[in-house]
Amino acid sequence: MNGEYLLEMKNIVKLFPGVQALKGVDLQVRYGEIHALMGENGAGKSTLMKCIAGIYRPSSGDIIFDGAVQGPYNPSEALKKGISMIHQELTPVLYRPIMENLWLGREPLNRFGLVNHKKMYELTKEVLKDIELEEDPLTLMANLTVAKIQMVEIAKAVSYNSKLIIMDEPTSALAEKEIKQLFSIMRKLKSQGKSIIFISHKLDEIYEITDQVTVYRDGIYIGSEKTAELKIDKLINMMVGRDVKEMFPKIPCPIGDIKLEVKNLSNRKFFKNVSFTVRRGEILGIAGLVGAGRSEVIETIFGMRSHTSGEIAIDGKQVEIKGPADAIQNGMAWLTEDRRRSGLFPMLTVQLNIAIATIPRFLNQFGLIRESQLNRVCEDYVKKIQVKTPNLAQHVENLSGGNQQKVLVARWLMTNPEILFLDEPTRGIDIGTKSEIHRLISTLAGEGKSVIMVSSELPEIMGMSDRIMIMHQGRVTGIIENTRDLTQEELMAYATNTVEAYKKSKGEKL
Amino acid sequence: MTFSSAPVKNIVRKYGIVIVLILMIIFLSIIQPAFLSATNIFNVLTQSCIFGIMALGMTFVIISKGIDLSVGSVLAFAGVVSASFGQVTEATEKYFPGMPVFPVVVPVIIALAIGAGCGFINGWLIAKTKIPAFIATLGMLTVARGFALIYTSGRPVSSLIPSLTALGGKIFNLIPVPVIIFFIMIIISHILLNKTRFGKNTYAIGSNITAAEVSGVHVSKYLILIYTYCGLLAGLAAIVFAGRVGSVHPGAADGYELTAIASTTIGGTSHSGGIGTIGGAFVGALVLAVLRNGFTLLGVNAYWQKVAEGVIIVVAVIIDMRKNAKRD
Repeated sequence: MNGEYLLEMKNIVKLFPGVQALKGVDLQVRYGEIHALMGENGAGKSTLMKCIAGIYRPSSGDIIFDGAVQGPYNPSEALKKGISMIHQELTPVLYRPIMENLWLGREPLNRFGLVNHKKMYELTKEVLKDIELEEDPLTLMANLTVAKIQMVEIAKAVSYNSKLIIMDEPTSALAEKEIKQLFSIMRKLKSQGKSIIFISHKLDEIYEITDQVTVYRDGIYIGSEKTAELKIDKLINMMVGRDVKEMFPKIPCPIGDIKLEVKNLSNRKFFKNVSFTVRRGEILGIAGLVGAGRSEVIETIFGMRSHTSGEIAIDGKQVEIKGPADAIQNGMAWLTEDRRRSGLFPMLTVQLNIAIATIPRFLNQFGLIRESQLNRVCEDYVKKIQVKTPNLAQHVENLSGGNQQKVLVARWLMTNPEILFLDEPTRGIDIGTKSEIHRLISTLAGEGKSVIMVSSELPEIMGMSDRIMIMHQGRVTGIIENTRDLTQEELMAYATNTVEAYKKSKGEKL
Repeated sequence: MTFSSAPVKNIVRKYGIVIVLILMIIFLSIIQPAFLSATNIFNVLTQSCIFGIMALGMTFVIISKGIDLSVGSVLAFAGVVSASFGQVTEATEKYFPGMPVFPVVVPVIIALAIGAGCGFINGWLIAKTKIPAFIATLGMLTVARGFALIYTSGRPVSSLIPSLTALGGKIFNLIPVPVIIFFIMIIISHILLNKTRFGKNTYAIGSNITAAEVSGVHVSKYLILIYTYCGLLAGLAAIVFAGRVGSVHPGAADGYELTAIASTTIGGTSHSGGIGTIGGAFVGALVLAVLRNGFTLLGVNAYWQKVAEGVIIVVAVIIDMRKNAKRD
């Protein structure tokens, strides 16, 4: 062993075109330590991890691993040094057996240069035994649960004899029992002197398994503490830090009758017994961590996913929504969180991107589109919400992210919706456009529309919402009025399902 | 980038294949002045009609990010059945004694119905069972060919009534009827693709099927419509075929699906979906027809045609990819 630390990162800067993702951050990981990285989305955790694993090259700064200063290296060199990364999105070769996945690219060979399957089988058996995974090496990956696929990834790390294993949100797809198993393997690896970097949004897990916590925020190093000595409210405070509630003023407006009522809505996989109401002119914010089931709830109401039970009523009348087309018929609109995947038609014109949901309104008696009228209306919306495009014939892929988002907003406004579902309405958008969109949301509420907004940015949620619903692992942990004295810490406590502990620790201080 | 070269570059990019077609025409008319005679021009157009008409439907399919391999077989199936209802009495006597001679509209409707029916089944399979279009239409390719063979016991259907063969003839002794049909279908398809909900939804589905669904587009319904239209045009091509050739063999139009796909592709319709025009399919069909005609006029070994066609298809797509490359 060379000193106390296995990994030391000093003053790491990572620049992307137009963005400084890491602004000179530090990290120190001891030998045989489970080390948590914490921070909100966009804090820079993933970028830092990718720098360690050799996926990104830091723009400046030093990486010292196992006592030696490292030059630039790529992921396969990182593996050879003893650094493994277990990605959040696992990408196994599904229809090949475990053993072939494990030794992919470094298959044991016989003296003719052919793959030695027998040796591969034996080696795999050993490794699997080592991490207590009882599966035959010949089992196809496709037949394994997510938890076991993850175990195979860990087995791979073990087979490389890694000294440092990075786990990016390994528990996000696991059930309670599987998490326990994962933790027991992690403890075992730790006892063998290996170090683990562990990323999770779940505070209870951080407290259960980690020795040290390092917190980042907006690409800046905030601090590092022994987990056992760090109080929950202090940790949350380190993570959220600033108070920028005033940045997103919601224009006060009269709130009317109940527009949308959701009762005991459940989905097979993502959430259970979700109930809430939204009134005319009201903005309901939905807060929670990634994977809490927030997006899935609104996607289900909008008819994109099926529900196993529950009722949806509009204006007091129960409605049956079988698909997005029904939802639109019922006056709903849904702004996606993933523009690329489910929003934009990249190579089509701005005009068609705006008009796609409303074309039937512009048909003449022969079923032909009244082009000039359609153009005029699209033109109006482009002006109204200030989409910066040279003309309507421009391909939407050539616009900036903010303007693409405005095109989608225009699409939905043209349907003249009564209920708007907004999923991360300002993700990946520059500050200027962001406040424009916030103003627009406010105006819409002022016109008596009901807005349901999912956002991972607490300041946005707290600035815009009349009420806030918080979810944790598929369940609603609270629906609270957004009053002046609500703090981000309290919201985070709801989102991590640690309200009790939070209130207790708050109480102790007072 | 200089001021003068940028627009030129853009024009070449945008109209690349049209320029290629014009160059081919100029080259051929210099080498062989007979190329530009009215008779030969109509010849070229007539040659392009059958796979050209199929290429129009194929354009819708490929814009929606699909493929239809079955159109050649569907042509044969629709062709033999429809032709069997358009034979002179002496010919029908053998198989259907006492069957009257129907007016020409009967075989026409039969061909269109069979074409549309096969297309509907393709579309239904793709939309409802979610199997890839390649597989669904590959199945139809074999099934339709099989039915054509079963229906005819492998024999060609000939001795067609004059009103049916007239559809393959000329009016005023000059303009071929198939060319007129082709042009009418070009106009109809162009309007459908650009001026109707059907066309806009076709682009939307090919560009981003998830986004189309959540924007309220009934994706299944439109997929079925798209393949039905493609099949309908294969049925129409069957009529033109019957009229021109005067008989339909159950093995007819073998491989025409590939010529139709090639026309569409050469015309700039992208197999990654969302991009394509009817005009492009027309130009693509002309490029292939001019190429074939040119080889014949120049007396070049016909086998070289195949080689040249293959090269053109690949080159056209390479150019097209370059056009779209800067997008990512």
